[in-house]
Amino acid sequence: MENETTPKKGLSRTTIIVAFAILLGFLALLGWGLRNAQAGPVQVGQKVPTFDLTTFDGEVVSTSDLQGKVIVVNFWASWCKPCEQEAADLERAWQIYKETDDVYFFGVAYVDIEPKSRAYIEKFNITYPNGPDLRTTISTMFRVRGVPETYIIDRQGKLAAFKIGPYSSLGEIQAMIDPIILQ
Amino acid sequence: MGFKKLSLNLVIKFTNILFVPFMLFALIGVSQVYAQSGNPPTADQINAIAKQLYCPVCENTPLDVCPTQACAQWRDVIRDKLVAGWNEEQIKEYFVNQYGDRVLAEPPKRGLNWLVYVLPPIFFLGGLVLVYKNIKNARKLESTITSAPIVEDDPFLKEFEDVLRKMEENGKNG
Repeated sequence: MENETTPKKGLSRTTIIVAFAILLGFLALLGWGLRNAQAGPVQVGQKVPTFDLTTFDGEVVSTSDLQGKVIVVNFWASWCKPCEQEAADLERAWQIYKETDDVYFFGVAYVDIEPKSRAYIEKFNITYPNGPDLRTTISTMFRVRGVPETYIIDRQGKLAAFKIGPYSSLGEIQAMIDPIILQ
Repeated sequence: MGFKKLSLNLVIKFTNILFVPFMLFALIGVSQVYAQSGNPPTADQINAIAKQLYCPVCENTPLDVCPTQACAQWRDVIRDKLVAGWNEEQIKEYFVNQYGDRVLAEPPKRGLNWLVYVLPPIFFLGGLVLVYKNIKNARKLESTITSAPIVEDDPFLKEFEDVLRKMEENGKNG
């Protein structure tokens, strides 16, 4: 007498495959997010995408218009005490390099509020273009972790050097920029 | 009586003449002061919005409890905007426009962010379905086992019983 009843399998093969595909997709998404979150600053030699900065005066400055020049991008904030340490030296460096027309300085106010940023610029008599990092797009591009951070882009549009933390002197700024101008 | 009534009317009229303009003046004065000073937002009102925001500088710390100067500045901005008559949504939108979506405690429901809202309920429902199916199968299996008919004339069983009986008899005989 054949009365054997085999228990029915719970899930079909298709359901299992779909479930695994969704799970793998989800894990891949998590991995991608984690990789981005843990990635350090842009590496030297990497091509830096072009970006626009709308200055506090309303002028739009684009790095695409500055091809062939060395670009110094300094991230700062009015609430950042170490930024104050280098502010005067950066302005002095700008006064030296702006005559040569080889170097262009950008100041990017990171996670700051406009009235405080303006007060900071006035306090240190900063004359190079400065603007807010709207929607933190520029700092995200450079994967900025804090301020001050300074990035120097060479004439080919590649990252040539960067400094995490404040410059200690004008000499240190020049020692970083001069070799890049000569390249 | 007539004199008393007359004097009472005079007192009432006099009071009205003095009192009504005084009250009007006082009311206008009060409303002017109120309008000039605005309605200062309470710390609770500021924190109600602040706790929905995260400053990118201090990761994983909501703005209402963040101790840094940057966060203090942001809370001042919230206060200023509330004084200016902005509502919660307008203030949040302002912060998003300035600093990006990542300042929001809850990601906005657009683009890939939808996955955050859609996937957990889907996984939860999927899990429920799996548990339900497994329980159902387990019950079915259990009933199959318990309700299996006992075969009385099974030759194997008969043979087994015979062997047992013989062993018992052998044991009794010594």
